[in-house]
Amino acid sequence: MSPILADVLQLIALIGALALVHRPLGDYMAAVYSSKRHLRVEKWIYRCVGANPAAEMRWPAYLRAVLAFSAVGVLFLYAMQRLQDKLPMSLGFKPIDPDQAFNTAASFVSNTNWQSYAGESAMGHLTQMTGLAVQNFVSAAVGIAVAVALVRGFARSRTGELGNFWSDLVRGVVRILLPIAFVSAILLVAAGAVQNFAGMHEVHTLSGSAQHLPGGPVASQEAVKELGTNGGGFFNANSSHPYENPNGFSNLLEIFLILLIPFSLTRTFGKMVGSVRQGYAILAAMGAIWLAAVVVVTVSEYAHPGTAAQLAGGAMEGKEQRFGEGSSSLFAVSTTMTSTGAVNSFHDSFTAFGGGVTLLGMMLGEIAPGGVGSGLYGMLVMAVVAVFLSGLMVGRTPEYLGKKIGTRQIKFAACYILVTPALVLGGTALAMALPDGKEAMTNIGAHGFSEVLYAYTSGSNNNGSAFAGFGADTPFFNTTIGLCMLLGRFLPMVFVLALAGSLAEQTPVPATAGTLRTEKPLFTGVLVGCVLIVTGLTFFPALALGPLAEGLS
Amino acid sequence: MSTATPVRTAKDGYGRPSQGVPHAPGGPAGGGLFDPGQLMKALPEALRKLDPRVMVKSPVMFVVEVGSVLTTVLAVAHPGDWFGWVIAVWLWLTVLFANLAEAVAEGRGKAQAATLRKAKTDSVARRLTAEGEEAVPGAELRVGDRVVCEAGDLVPGDGDVVEGVASVDESAITGESAPVIRESGGDRSAVTGGTKVLSDRVVIRITTKPGDTFIDRMIALVEGAARQKTPNEIALNILLASLTIVFTLAVVTLQPFAVYAGAEQSLTVLTALLVCLIPTTIGALLSAIGIAGMDRLVQRNVLATSGRAVEAAGDVSTLLLDKTGTITLGDRQAAAFVPVSGATEAALADAAQLSSLADETPEGRSVVVLAKEKYGLRERHEGELAHAEWVPFTAQTRMSGVDIEGPGGLKVRKGAAGSVCAWVKERGGLAGDEVHGLTDGISQSGGTPLLVGVEDADGARVLGVIHLKDVVKEGMSERFDELRRMGIKTVMITGDNPLTAQAIAEEAGVDDFLAEATPEDKMALIKREQAGGRLVAMTGDGTNDAPALAQADVGVAMNTGTSAAKEAGNMVDLDSDPTKLIEIVEIGKQLLITRGALTTFSIANDVAKYFAIIPAMFAVAYPGLDALNIMRLASPESAILSAVVFNALIIAALVPLALRGVRYRPLSADRMLRRNLAVYGLGGLVAPFIGIKLIDVLITLIPGVG
Repeated sequence: MSPILADVLQLIALIGALALVHRPLGDYMAAVYSSKRHLRVEKWIYRCVGANPAAEMRWPAYLRAVLAFSAVGVLFLYAMQRLQDKLPMSLGFKPIDPDQAFNTAASFVSNTNWQSYAGESAMGHLTQMTGLAVQNFVSAAVGIAVAVALVRGFARSRTGELGNFWSDLVRGVVRILLPIAFVSAILLVAAGAVQNFAGMHEVHTLSGSAQHLPGGPVASQEAVKELGTNGGGFFNANSSHPYENPNGFSNLLEIFLILLIPFSLTRTFGKMVGSVRQGYAILAAMGAIWLAAVVVVTVSEYAHPGTAAQLAGGAMEGKEQRFGEGSSSLFAVSTTMTSTGAVNSFHDSFTAFGGGVTLLGMMLGEIAPGGVGSGLYGMLVMAVVAVFLSGLMVGRTPEYLGKKIGTRQIKFAACYILVTPALVLGGTALAMALPDGKEAMTNIGAHGFSEVLYAYTSGSNNNGSAFAGFGADTPFFNTTIGLCMLLGRFLPMVFVLALAGSLAEQTPVPATAGTLRTEKPLFTGVLVGCVLIVTGLTFFPALALGPLAEGLS
Repeated sequence: MSTATPVRTAKDGYGRPSQGVPHAPGGPAGGGLFDPGQLMKALPEALRKLDPRVMVKSPVMFVVEVGSVLTTVLAVAHPGDWFGWVIAVWLWLTVLFANLAEAVAEGRGKAQAATLRKAKTDSVARRLTAEGEEAVPGAELRVGDRVVCEAGDLVPGDGDVVEGVASVDESAITGESAPVIRESGGDRSAVTGGTKVLSDRVVIRITTKPGDTFIDRMIALVEGAARQKTPNEIALNILLASLTIVFTLAVVTLQPFAVYAGAEQSLTVLTALLVCLIPTTIGALLSAIGIAGMDRLVQRNVLATSGRAVEAAGDVSTLLLDKTGTITLGDRQAAAFVPVSGATEAALADAAQLSSLADETPEGRSVVVLAKEKYGLRERHEGELAHAEWVPFTAQTRMSGVDIEGPGGLKVRKGAAGSVCAWVKERGGLAGDEVHGLTDGISQSGGTPLLVGVEDADGARVLGVIHLKDVVKEGMSERFDELRRMGIKTVMITGDNPLTAQAIAEEAGVDDFLAEATPEDKMALIKREQAGGRLVAMTGDGTNDAPALAQADVGVAMNTGTSAAKEAGNMVDLDSDPTKLIEIVEIGKQLLITRGALTTFSIANDVAKYFAIIPAMFAVAYPGLDALNIMRLASPESAILSAVVFNALIIAALVPLALRGVRYRPLSADRMLRRNLAVYGLGGLVAPFIGIKLIDVLITLIPGVG
């Protein structure tokens, strides 16, 4: 079988599996977040933290809960890293430096999992398992909770109530993330990923030199790393490390896990607003952008013009032989179009256009399909803007799902859209203006610039992947990227929840023949166009000086 | 100068050419044409608007003005740099075009206001006091004062007639030259300051303070003094402001990237890029679109108290229409003659005509008309029939007819079923079951039966029935189909019984009806619709309509109505034409569509501008980027200049569209979106590629450039 045919079949298998699973999972998630019953273990958790899961929250209360919970997470994670040497299972590692500890804490709480450290040579097992892995679950659950709150804003009327954060958080972890992660971890172990509590194994290679092979609870962290679109690898090499991602099957499984919840949430959305077709329209927009990106990157990687690349049948530098161009491209697009940031190949080594698309994927705001929860709310905010523009063009005050998109709604959507470009461009400009930026680059010219741009794009959009050559562990980058991650995660949430609150208060407007039909392909097209033009225009100059300049030269 | 005849143009009772696109009342919403001469007149005002305190209200154009100042300062600092000068000039032109658009739109309103002011001459009022009359200036009248007006007097202020009846010339306000009757009591008691009493004597109780009269408010409205941004306009402004911030960020942060790339850009070029990227097209035209929208209403003789109401009109999903005068012609008309067995239709028609000759009611006249149209029965004059004694219709007898004496004598009566039956029975005749069957049948079909009875040599008997029915105005059912396609539900309001109402509703094609409607029913209906999230529009004229007018989202009061109704509504129709509600809805929609279309156009334009400017800026540092120069523009300078010039010219080119409004056609939302996206989205994507290339070709023809 030719590699191209294999890649096409793999893509079809992936899409088929997602198509099959997204319905039951989406319906299940809708039921989870609509249910009035509490499981026993959940009741026990509520008692422990002293939360009343039945109390409805208006948006400020919901937001306070999100921020308070996340702030505690940052402090806890920071303390844990700083006190690592005094904790058990430290494997003898020293405490993490303050700037890196802050960066890592911000990174995991914001669902970014930007890693300026190398996991196997810096973090003890306890830090990895009770600190980082716990955040992999809860930060993902926070994202879903906020998305569900926005969906409730559309679904509910004449109330400002958006549900209960604590119950949404706990249910997300207990009923959705834990069970799926558990099953996936077993599948990963079956596929050959490691899962133990061992430290370093010293082995002697054929050439007689000694090699240190680290063990650890890899598969369990791997599962939630992908499922929660976290991306923080147990090993520095992330999913290109054979202990994390041993073969083609585990690779496909990991891509499947990355895309599973983000795509399925569109079904949950449709179900909760009472029209699954509305969910399909969003799904179609996400799917179209994702698929187009997969095709562009794959073609670009196969068609690398260099002599060496032509001999190898494509751009193989930085890619694993066991995955090849197709699986690497598929993984790269899926990880950057969601907020995962796990990598099975090094985006730094991709062709200029291929790398540029991974960069663009993040710049689009990671909404195709995006991070767990964050993808859905990001796309819905874009839908609000698309509805506003196209709604005006049909001669009515724009309305989406029966809710009017007026001054307040546009204000919140506009603020949401401002956040990440401000962080990405501001951060990159700062780094380029100061000597720090140029020092961290490992390449010159346009590619060096792309590395810095990629770092801030990845951090601000909570992706976490990096152009690998980039030397990110300096106080400057740890601090600025750390701030970008926190602001890029939580500022948008403020606007999303405010938007949700303003929508939930409205009386729905019944649909008439004069109403814009948001479940039709035409609207999906408008939405995709809106996403591409608004973000494309914002980042075009920066992209021109990075990947475009490199690729066209 | 067409703007000299503003308020009266739509009606155009003066035979002068209409200012707007000629339109039939009830035709689709068009708009005023654009006269290039207006540009010159508006120029001083446009220059005045360069004041930054004024400009700051439009964030997009304020940024352009700041850019203009910046580039001018730079040009002064480097006087030898022709490129800097040209960019500065074109940026100023961009701002100026935007101000011109707004000034032209406002200019039309100003001209209208000037005509109105003529009507507001300072009149002397004859105030009634305990002792008698005193002359006071109109401006000193208080609410509650009573004034006398006689033939030839100007009404000194808004008020209600409390004594007497008079004919009044209201052409100053409505443009309608035919005088109207104003009388105390009832729904025709309101008079407007500035109108002229033509006959008789009335006593008027003043109801508004001077300075706050109807004419004052009209002047403020058309001048735009009272103009406030509408909710949609504010929302759009926020979106535009945020896009401006995003692009400002993109441009400001570009310099460090450019420095690293070894292609540091001059401030002039960066400013040019910024101005090209921010949505200047819509930013420049936004307020002109709003003003022009109000203006289009005024051209149709509708005054809206706020732009908010115009916008709400576009959102209306339920339209309450009074049956009489709106859906049907004012009066019932004879539609058929139905003879009883034994009588011929022709004989019935003849008797019916004969009996109606003395009936001056519209129903009676319609019988004569039908007899003539259907049976060629000539109208007989009263003198033709000797010895005829005419019995006119009265409300007591509810019959009309004629008694012809002499040989072959004949008595004919036509009227309400009960009255005629009684008349026939009195004379020994019979009105059998057949007659009752016929009348019941007509009643059930929504019509009104009139019986025709005769008494001649053969005795008294009923000849047959005249079927009177409401005649639905021509074209109404098509209008309602149109409205349905636009997603608007029409509800007919009538005092008729449900049976009649249903029959008319079906014939007219309205979606729903409210029969035997009382003002309370109307109010309840509006509240019910609003509770379901629908916006309701209605028209009304009587005082008892006032609460419903106030409750409706769009309440259009008829100018002939009471001042209470005019106060309660948020629009006044000077022509008092209830069907105009449909046009108002179209104008509201057109306003929103124009904003949306130009915003889309503006944003889509940016793609081409990037392809012009980015290679021009960076092809020196990265020669590969020249591949992005797909328009093959001649030189970096001419590329940037072409984009800036295009950006400025497109504003000027779109001013007529902004003033006229995007053409509105009643289509479903999907089809309308597809059409507008194709024209303004795709068009906005493609047009600048062509425009910039053309300008670039022209620029390279200038010696020493390119």
